[in-house]
Amino acid sequence: MTEPILKIENLSLRREERQILNDVNLEIYPGQVHALLGLNGSGKSSLAYTMMGCEGYTPDQGRILFEGRDITYLSITQRARLGITLAWQEPARFEGIPVGKYVGLGVNPPDRERVIQALEAVALPPKVYGYRSADKTLSGGERKRVELAAVYAMRPRLAILDEPDSGIDILSLGEIANLIRRMAIEGVAVFLITHRDELVETADVVSLICAGTILFSGKPLEARRYFTGRCIPHLEALGSQPWDTSKPEVQEALSSNGLLNLAVPDAARPDGKDKNV
Amino acid sequence: MNAIVKTEHALGSRPGWANEMAAMLEAYQQAGGEPAALQLPEVATLVVSANTVLVSHEIAGIHFQAEPLENGVKATIRVEPNAKIEHPVHLCFGVIPAEGIQHILANYEIGDGAEVQFLAHCSFPNAVKVEHRMEGTIYVGKNASLTYTEEHFHGQTGGVEVLPRVRVKVDEGGRFNTIFVLTRGRIGKMVFDYEVEAADRSVVEMTTKAYGHADDEVVVKEVVRLNGEKARGLTRTRVAVRDQARSQVFTTMEGNAPGARGHMDCTEIVRDQAVAQNTPLVIVRNDKAQVTHEAAIGSVNRKELEALLARGLNEDEAVDLIIRGMIR
Repeated sequence: MTEPILKIENLSLRREERQILNDVNLEIYPGQVHALLGLNGSGKSSLAYTMMGCEGYTPDQGRILFEGRDITYLSITQRARLGITLAWQEPARFEGIPVGKYVGLGVNPPDRERVIQALEAVALPPKVYGYRSADKTLSGGERKRVELAAVYAMRPRLAILDEPDSGIDILSLGEIANLIRRMAIEGVAVFLITHRDELVETADVVSLICAGTILFSGKPLEARRYFTGRCIPHLEALGSQPWDTSKPEVQEALSSNGLLNLAVPDAARPDGKDKNV
Repeated sequence: MNAIVKTEHALGSRPGWANEMAAMLEAYQQAGGEPAALQLPEVATLVVSANTVLVSHEIAGIHFQAEPLENGVKATIRVEPNAKIEHPVHLCFGVIPAEGIQHILANYEIGDGAEVQFLAHCSFPNAVKVEHRMEGTIYVGKNASLTYTEEHFHGQTGGVEVLPRVRVKVDEGGRFNTIFVLTRGRIGKMVFDYEVEAADRSVVEMTTKAYGHADDEVVVKEVVRLNGEKARGLTRTRVAVRDQARSQVFTTMEGNAPGARGHMDCTEIVRDQAVAQNTPLVIVRNDKAQVTHEAAIGSVNRKELEALLARGLNEDEAVDLIIRGMIR
């Protein structure tokens, strides 16, 4: 059986007196698109930054294993050189750095054809964009595509894509989805944070996160059932407060939907206890 | 011996200055120039080594008048009204020996309706104690357009003082665009002092880029007075300093007439024990004018840095790339 390329074990993160991630466990496999869904502020981007090793995102407990090696305390550069990279939700802008150069930064050894191929894969004509600066003269959507091209060009082992769909027009979503599938076919493990159904459809596995806790991991259809059956009633009862089925109003909401006996995976529970509600 | 030589681009045909010319061409290339361009008959060219004019090549619509001074050259560069100069005019200034003074008195007159670009390269590749002082006046005529790009190369010793002091008048509907770049080798000491008066509907755009190392000292003083109705002004200052280098940027923008719009944009990156200072001054004397200012001074933006680290660059490589991009 294929081993996970990335394994997250009991990962917790506190920032500025707030619990951001709470006992997160995840496995991501090569050639797999693993989508992470959750409300705004639920901890999706924080998990991405923690996986990448960004400043201020060192976990308080737990560990991250990449191909069996503990990378919890490795720097961003060290992780990148192992083959992990991140496409930021709002990519930085670089005055004076041409798009072509930026896209080629992670291509080792340098390969001009690969840069051209990557730009074409995100529908940015290389002759038009290759020499333009990756600065604020690019629109939000163009800059997102450049970011995706840079990730694709790098041939990473694990690509963490933080909402690659935000700011992208509806017609281009198909191109982004195709690129994500293409990466997976080429063996890349893709960890995809998204809000869009069009991209969720590319996923092999979907995890749901709420208040820093992974509630569910499974196939996309099961995740959809779980979300509509349990998360929506929970949200209707408690808004975006942490998952708490002990609250009478949540029990009432679940009961009225006939969902009281739906099993919840152990790992998905914030208290770690196995119980039916 | 002082001499002024007018040539028809017979470079190297006069042994007395051939060696100096060869050295200037090499220095010109180090400053980012393309020596072959200096030999094209369709390109107007002025080459000054210390106080000697090595080449003064005019084309239709452009006139050079140059005379030697004890420590430099006095030059008037005139572009005829309505002349559209297709190729950039190449100017090359430099001092080849380790020590010397070059004092340039320059007067640029751009006739009404003319369009011209200048590419000036100033090179002091061996400088241990060199002073390059420029006192300039520039007049941009009505509806004329001048783009003046100046790049410097100072070698690695830091023994250069560069002191350009230029006063500019841009007449109605005129455009003045200047780009000053000192990012190769050491700076030494640079005091960049420009004042621009902008008349009705004129446009002024000034970009200054410098990268200071060791104990380099960078002072940028820019004043743009938007005196005319609907005059527009933009200053962009990009300075990076590292080691013990110092930079001080003083930018002033005055909105003195209805519809005048000005903006000052300053970014300075500081590393090591270097110190950067920015002092903007905004003056508005008309209630229909507007001037804005933005400045970012500090270390490299963390978000930019992490984006590059995530591609496998180490921190030094990433910072260098960001700085090189900014001052490119």
